[in-house]
Amino acid sequence: MLDHNIEDEKYKVEVTVPVIGKSAGVLSFNDLKTGGYIKQRQKDKFTVRCMVPGGRLPIKKLKKIVEVAEKYGADYVHLSIRQSLEIPYVDYHNFDKVVAELSEVDQKVASCGPRVRVPTACSGCEYNPNGLSDTQGLTKVVNDKFFGAECNHKFKTSFSGCPIDCARTSEMDLAFQGAVFPEWEEEKCTGCRICASACQEDAIHDHPETGEPIFFPDKCLYCADCIRACPTEAWVSGKTGHIVRIGGKHGRHPFKGSVVAKFVSDEDVPVIIEKTVEWYNKHGVGKGRIRIGTLLREEGMMQSYMEHMKDVFKDKAVKDPKPPLEINIQE
Amino acid sequence: MSDIKVDAVLDITNEVCPMTFVKTKLKLETLETGQHLEVILNDGEPLRNVPRSLKEEGHRIVGTKKDGTKFHLIVEKGM
Repeated sequence: MLDHNIEDEKYKVEVTVPVIGKSAGVLSFNDLKTGGYIKQRQKDKFTVRCMVPGGRLPIKKLKKIVEVAEKYGADYVHLSIRQSLEIPYVDYHNFDKVVAELSEVDQKVASCGPRVRVPTACSGCEYNPNGLSDTQGLTKVVNDKFFGAECNHKFKTSFSGCPIDCARTSEMDLAFQGAVFPEWEEEKCTGCRICASACQEDAIHDHPETGEPIFFPDKCLYCADCIRACPTEAWVSGKTGHIVRIGGKHGRHPFKGSVVAKFVSDEDVPVIIEKTVEWYNKHGVGKGRIRIGTLLREEGMMQSYMEHMKDVFKDKAVKDPKPPLEINIQE
Repeated sequence: MSDIKVDAVLDITNEVCPMTFVKTKLKLETLETGQHLEVILNDGEPLRNVPRSLKEEGHRIVGTKKDGTKFHLIVEKGM
């Protein structure tokens, strides 16, 4: 049986909790979905989406969610693709109790719809050996500042701590990947050739006689393997920061996001998001539910975006970036 | 590399991550601070992980030698 009611404006129920942008009262299924209460196929049943920024869920909150799910939900919870924790089978008559009990531990319900979503992230540099950036710290900053900000369509962000890109920054509307540019200090180098072997990108060759590295920066993915492998600290961190990708998305017609800036700082990140959303909302007006990637693929839009961002990106801007690339997953 | 007196030798060329570092760590535990362990490892993934883990745990790599697709590291045990 196909159920078309999920985003329907026709079907409404009276709820006793406010949802994002709306007070408690008679709300449509679509309004409720926007607020993180997603209509199920089953009559009166909704899935309540709990906000879990960057996939980090304090145990205190996890225990409370378990308690709430046992009381008002089914015998399981669902881990969403975007790291939220969802409680299915909640009767809408119980929304007020669910919200009140979750708020005892400051657990919020996440939103859907045309707005900045909860960022996803890897574990980051705090304890992951590959991590180059504080993805979890940035996730918190960005979620506190931007969660729920209205846009033309959904706006997904993520943070990856290294080029392995577990948080799939190339598939987000706007996302940041940790990066370190390696610099070599000749006087500390013993010519041991370890860096050339450690590099997975063929960006470092060893000199046939001296063993000293020959660096090809164009091939470098900024992963810092050479810095970590070097026994004598001859490779050190140069520029550090984030690679900025924009305009990616998944769905039926995915786009691969474009790199628009390199080595932006942590402090740049919220400014970049703010300015990008500003550009997106301005240029998406009257175009309906349009993703930023679709907008950037229109004639001249990439240049318009780069012009809008030039005071933020400064010398970190990529010259003439390509528009997001459409990927066909149907063939 | 030849002028350092090696106190023990460990060949981890038949191990995979994370056993490469686990075996190295266990061997180092049998040595005293300042003693030297020669570790023989393959290039690629072991070379990316073992030296960085050694450095993170406070040991020093004081000598290296490339031997075909293998490397020899002389590790001085830290505190």
